[in-house]
Amino acid sequence: MSDYDLIVLGAGPAGAAAAIKARSLDLRVAVIDEAPAAGGQVYRAPSPALTATQPDADRARGDALRARLAASGAVLYANHRVWSLTAIFSVIAIGPDGPLTLEAPNLIVAAGAVERHIPVTGWTLPGVIGLAGATILLKAHGVLPGRRVVVAGSGPLLLLVASKIVAAGGEVVAVVDAAPRTSWLARAGAMLARPDLMAKGAGWLLALLKARVPIHSGTAIRAIHGTDGVESVTIGPVDRDWRPVGEAERTIAADAVCLGFGLLPSTDVTRLLGAEHRYEPELGGWIPAVDTSLQTSVPGLFVAGDGAGVRGADAAPLSGELAALGVARRLGRGGDLASEITKVEADWRKSGRFGAAMSALAMPPPGAAAMIDDGTTVCRCEGLSRATLDSAIAGGARTLADLKAMTRCGMGPCGGRVCGEAAAMLIAAATGWDREAIGQPSARPPLRPVPLAAIAGAFDYDELPIPAPAPL
Amino acid sequence: MAGDLRIGSARTRTVSFRFDGEVLTAREGETLAAALYAQGRRTLRISRDDGGPRGAFCFMGVCQECVVSIDGRLTEACRTPVHDGLVVESMR
Repeated sequence: MSDYDLIVLGAGPAGAAAAIKARSLDLRVAVIDEAPAAGGQVYRAPSPALTATQPDADRARGDALRARLAASGAVLYANHRVWSLTAIFSVIAIGPDGPLTLEAPNLIVAAGAVERHIPVTGWTLPGVIGLAGATILLKAHGVLPGRRVVVAGSGPLLLLVASKIVAAGGEVVAVVDAAPRTSWLARAGAMLARPDLMAKGAGWLLALLKARVPIHSGTAIRAIHGTDGVESVTIGPVDRDWRPVGEAERTIAADAVCLGFGLLPSTDVTRLLGAEHRYEPELGGWIPAVDTSLQTSVPGLFVAGDGAGVRGADAAPLSGELAALGVARRLGRGGDLASEITKVEADWRKSGRFGAAMSALAMPPPGAAAMIDDGTTVCRCEGLSRATLDSAIAGGARTLADLKAMTRCGMGPCGGRVCGEAAAMLIAAATGWDREAIGQPSARPPLRPVPLAAIAGAFDYDELPIPAPAPL
Repeated sequence: MAGDLRIGSARTRTVSFRFDGEVLTAREGETLAAALYAQGRRTLRISRDDGGPRGAFCFMGVCQECVVSIDGRLTEACRTPVHDGLVVESMR
């Protein structure tokens, strides 16, 4: 028998809520997270190097989440990186003290999301960082991305990052948003349903207007220039399909760029375990297909949080609770859970509308592939330009697996988690197919880079079993 | 890029570490990626493909752009807290 009834992957708002709810139903729960402390990206614990931090709402929520998780009786394996899994279910991780294998009949994957990137010329220069990375620098480390920062891409993270830089005393020389101003208005319905969250966004916007930060809508970066790092950024207009049109507008002196185009649900674990997925552009793209309690097509495999579709931190805890209820029902625990599941599911769907609208706002339309110039590096690990990928596509590559086999795109240490979506956009652009038709990359262990020595462990060469030679 | 990008907040004691032979300081427990970035040491490797400089990009363990040699082991700088006497070599 396993030591646990449930293993939760990820200790962000969804995973922590799942673990706490499952503990309240008397399940034996283990939680695994890559970070040194629970909280996920949104409530990431401040670096231990900061002895006094500004109190803010996210910090308070994170501290409350960490305290409740610690008090729940769930076993937290922090600083552990899951690099392989097998059905049903062995979770293989590597931590500070070496390898760890845990087993349980139920798994909730609350792995969150990664940032979607559209490569632009010069994005490989030091000083160009992800929008999510910028929030980590600012919130967890108390470090400004630069002295003169361009914040570019799409979606609500643009305003969050820019306003945090301004609040920290930095200068934002431009906010460059590919979406036209009208697409924000088109989402106003969902936003008005949550005046509290809308006020938060309006607060960010107000702070930027007050600091006289230029906000360029319907605009994208044409190129980032510099020798050893960012020196300047050229921007220009894009059409409604985010295709660059006309001449570049201006060149802005800057020493850093924060870049990102919304979030992509992390589906590597559910792909590895063979769950069915469906394409849902409003929720960030490919997501696992689930039933009413967030169970995937693989029995016992549940998902929660942004990995189940990007709905944001506000909706995440309800999805965690819902998945935990599903696990308890599957185990025949907690009595009749049907009415509670129905209620939590309805609450979750309602609370997710705002986040889904924000997610949709960040989603690039197909024309955005035109932002990538021929010479631009797409796959950073392997140093592959758009022209290289396009010639493989012209040579017949129709899936990410084809591209990988023909060019090594996605084969480097990041495992395609930075360039995969851009590569799929290029296939779609060249073939005229929908993004959905390109499918997802296959997931294979190791899901994360692991040192070979850590997997192999300590052994003596003489201890290796050598099979007897086959008789002739 | 001039100066130190750290802002506000009281911090832990100063520790020193070596980066490509140069002695730099950090606050104890700060991640190596943040410490280097804040002090303008942003180039962590040279691409073997295009010869261009590269540095930390995602700060969350995804992109692998901040992998450096730390006490002889290849590790992401964004997942490594700095302590006194760390010896770091960039991937040039």
